[in-house]
Amino acid sequence: MYQRAKRLSQLALGPVLLLLSLVTTSAWAEEALPWRRPNQVNTTPGVTEVGHTIFGLHMMVFWLCVVIGLVVLAVMIYTIFAFRKSAGAKASQFHESTALEIAWTVVPFLILIVMAVPATNALIKVYDNTNPDLDILVTGYQWKWKYEYIDPQGNNVSFFSNLRTPQSEIRGEETKGEHYLIEVDEPVVIPVNKKVRFLVTGNDVIHSFWVPELAVKRDAIPGFINEVSARPTEIGVYRGQCAELCGRDHGFMPIVVNVVAENEYNDWLGKKKSEAAELKALMDKQFTLAELVERGKGVYDRACAACHGANGEGGVGKAIAKSPIATGAMAGHLDIIVHGKPGTAMQAFGAQLNEVDLAAVTTYQRNAFGNNMGDMAQPVDVYKVKKGQ
Amino acid sequence: MGEHHHGPAKGLMRWVLTTNHKDIGTLYLWFSFAMFILGGSFAMIIRAELFQPGLQLVNPEFFNQMTTMHGLVMVFGAIMPAFVGLANWMIPLMIGAPDMALPRMNNLSFWILPFAFLTLASTLFMDGGAPNFGWTFYAPLSTTYAPPSVTIFIFAVHIMGASSIMGSINIIATVVNMRAPGMTYMKMPLFVWTWLITAFLLVAVMPVLAGAVTMMLMDIHFGTSFFSAAGGGDPVLFQHIFWFFGHPEVYIIILPGFGVVSQVIPAFSRKPLFGYASMVYATASIAFLSFIVWAHHMYTVGMPIAGELFFMYATMLIAVPTGVKVFNWITTMFKGSLTFETPMLFAIAFVFLFTVGGLSGIMLSLAPVDFQYHDSYFVVAHFHYTMVAGAIFSMSCAVYYWLPKWTGKMYNETMGKTHFWISFLGFNLTFFPQHFVGLAGMPRRIPDYALQFADFNMMSSIGAFIYGLSQLLFGFNIIRTIVAGKPAPEAKVWEGAQGLEWTVPSPAPYHTFSTPPEFKAEHH
Repeated sequence: MYQRAKRLSQLALGPVLLLLSLVTTSAWAEEALPWRRPNQVNTTPGVTEVGHTIFGLHMMVFWLCVVIGLVVLAVMIYTIFAFRKSAGAKASQFHESTALEIAWTVVPFLILIVMAVPATNALIKVYDNTNPDLDILVTGYQWKWKYEYIDPQGNNVSFFSNLRTPQSEIRGEETKGEHYLIEVDEPVVIPVNKKVRFLVTGNDVIHSFWVPELAVKRDAIPGFINEVSARPTEIGVYRGQCAELCGRDHGFMPIVVNVVAENEYNDWLGKKKSEAAELKALMDKQFTLAELVERGKGVYDRACAACHGANGEGGVGKAIAKSPIATGAMAGHLDIIVHGKPGTAMQAFGAQLNEVDLAAVTTYQRNAFGNNMGDMAQPVDVYKVKKGQ
Repeated sequence: MGEHHHGPAKGLMRWVLTTNHKDIGTLYLWFSFAMFILGGSFAMIIRAELFQPGLQLVNPEFFNQMTTMHGLVMVFGAIMPAFVGLANWMIPLMIGAPDMALPRMNNLSFWILPFAFLTLASTLFMDGGAPNFGWTFYAPLSTTYAPPSVTIFIFAVHIMGASSIMGSINIIATVVNMRAPGMTYMKMPLFVWTWLITAFLLVAVMPVLAGAVTMMLMDIHFGTSFFSAAGGGDPVLFQHIFWFFGHPEVYIIILPGFGVVSQVIPAFSRKPLFGYASMVYATASIAFLSFIVWAHHMYTVGMPIAGELFFMYATMLIAVPTGVKVFNWITTMFKGSLTFETPMLFAIAFVFLFTVGGLSGIMLSLAPVDFQYHDSYFVVAHFHYTMVAGAIFSMSCAVYYWLPKWTGKMYNETMGKTHFWISFLGFNLTFFPQHFVGLAGMPRRIPDYALQFADFNMMSSIGAFIYGLSQLLFGFNIIRTIVAGKPAPEAKVWEGAQGLEWTVPSPAPYHTFSTPPEFKAEHH
């Protein structure tokens, strides 16, 4: 009897330890980490009809799997305890049963059909991209997203959306904010109760556009345009991340979608369009050195500092301070900023920033960090470089 | 070399020049253990960085190199060579053959392997770093945007592929030609069956992998555009080719494990394997299906709906033969006379944990819900339940089961059981919470994560350290057995063990079955 108890306790030891450690680590985490947020253990039904369908299917299949798993486990545990040699079990020698074997080939097959029918219906729903109210071209870049609102009249609005979390939070020098790593400088804004079709593509490598609450995930592949639709029914802010490994900052290119009321969306779009018109006007303006440096600092912090350092000291990229390019001929400096340096992490910013910002950031680099060049580039100079003149 | 040369040569050259299947098996096994520790230490770095949100230990570039190297080293360096080592040791012993059919090629197929991995590991010290594009190396991240070390990586993959193809041809030739008289195909031990089928899979798909990396090489160095959209190529083509190799590859990894468990469970149940014939047919069906399901790794690339449906239905079908196997194993135990030595513990854990991985596999097979799971930690949890609990647990099971035959000495049972329980605990603590963070929206292959994933990641890291440390105990137990183990009692070490390998003395002499044994069919 003692032997038996000892064996039982040995067998039970593992699961008990596993449970204990799960409980203790979570309790410990609760105390030690003041910024923790509630743990979510399941996927989300989201705010679209398709999302609810997917979630329903997910839960149905999940419970089927749980039941199957528990039945298998129960039979195993019963077998382990009932037929142990130490309890005097004598081995039977049967090794075949055609009826049994047919049964457990056919029954799983039937269960699979029970899953396949709703799965097929759900997939047909997911693939319905007809009659959208709005088209947004989503382009994945290393490591940011570009959104372009397709306007039937040709007045497209487009902008880049970058990670807003500062390096200091990532490096642990500042307390991490509530939306650490899932916040952007400019979210994509869409109207509620409208069918939005995302046209997804990639500029360099493959990315993947994933917003769990919109039940949307499509790969952003260079040379392909994938389409996926969502009709959100609730106003709110929905966050996602790039889901396909795309290089160094794959973990740092979140997606934030603001679903707003239709009038709010129209206001926002109107504002975006007038900003674009203002920019057009700025293109023709002659800036002073001070104006360019001021504007350029903002651009630098947003677009350059992550690689070249907040003070131009370098990092992943070369130092800007005393750099032969930033203190060399203007033409060479503009060329590398507009066209990038192929084969390196230095990207072609000509496609990502407008002429005014490019002129400003070039001027800033030539007149900051001890580079006292005193010269400046105007938007029209950048325009010429872009056009290869 | 005299006429009566029966023992091994002395010194280092014994191992360099050996054509003996047992020596080569031993080399493979030690090599794979070394790679297991190396790949495991990469995993420890990954889990240490993911212990908390924020970047603490490594930068994102190095993190990506670690995820890539962890996958490559574990798949190609640890698991595959481990099972080839097992095949070398056990297949001739199980079928009553004196050696492998092609002993010199056997030597070559092992000895090119260390060079492949030295080359691959050397990229860690190269300018630009090691491969950083994931073990699936999707183009164009692995071509146009890859570090210079990608060329070395391609070279290493070619060598590994050559080694695997040679090893498989050898296994096929041995099994087909060298079985003891009376051992028909349907009387072969199941481990031999699973390896025969695995070897055919390897011969079929390793050249496809070689083709994929050669196309990458051409794109990188010779101006072609197979995978570059800008030159008229197709990045998705890469994924189709890769997964046409990659999906059979996952069965290459798991089928020999099925074979091991099918030997061990009957032995410790003292009862013949239930449904031998259906086990063979199930294995063959899984192998066949593995060729027509590859695009379930690619549900999100934008395939037409007809393609999605085809791959979804085909993938779901795999559950049927896999289920048959699980039910057969359990029925083998049913009404047996069970004892729970370390190999049996690993075998039982294998059956249950593999079932968990299989069930999450069914969830993943459904294309519409996969849009929420794809490339999340749910996938990481799923494939570690099949790869670690499948391949690594079955490998541990095999080592404990046959170690007395290899060394003639018994391992320490208490230490073996301790290793099992700590592994089991550590493994589940590592990977079970990953289901949760994956469903909650955490993408895979990221060095830092949003705050709501923090608790489960911390658990996962603690579990990983426990699991990692427990493997050192495994290594220690093996070495201790070789150095100071108690002598194995007799040829048939385990009361219920069946098969020709238990008819030769323990340790197995350097040369066995120089004349074919008498094979009497046991129960099947």
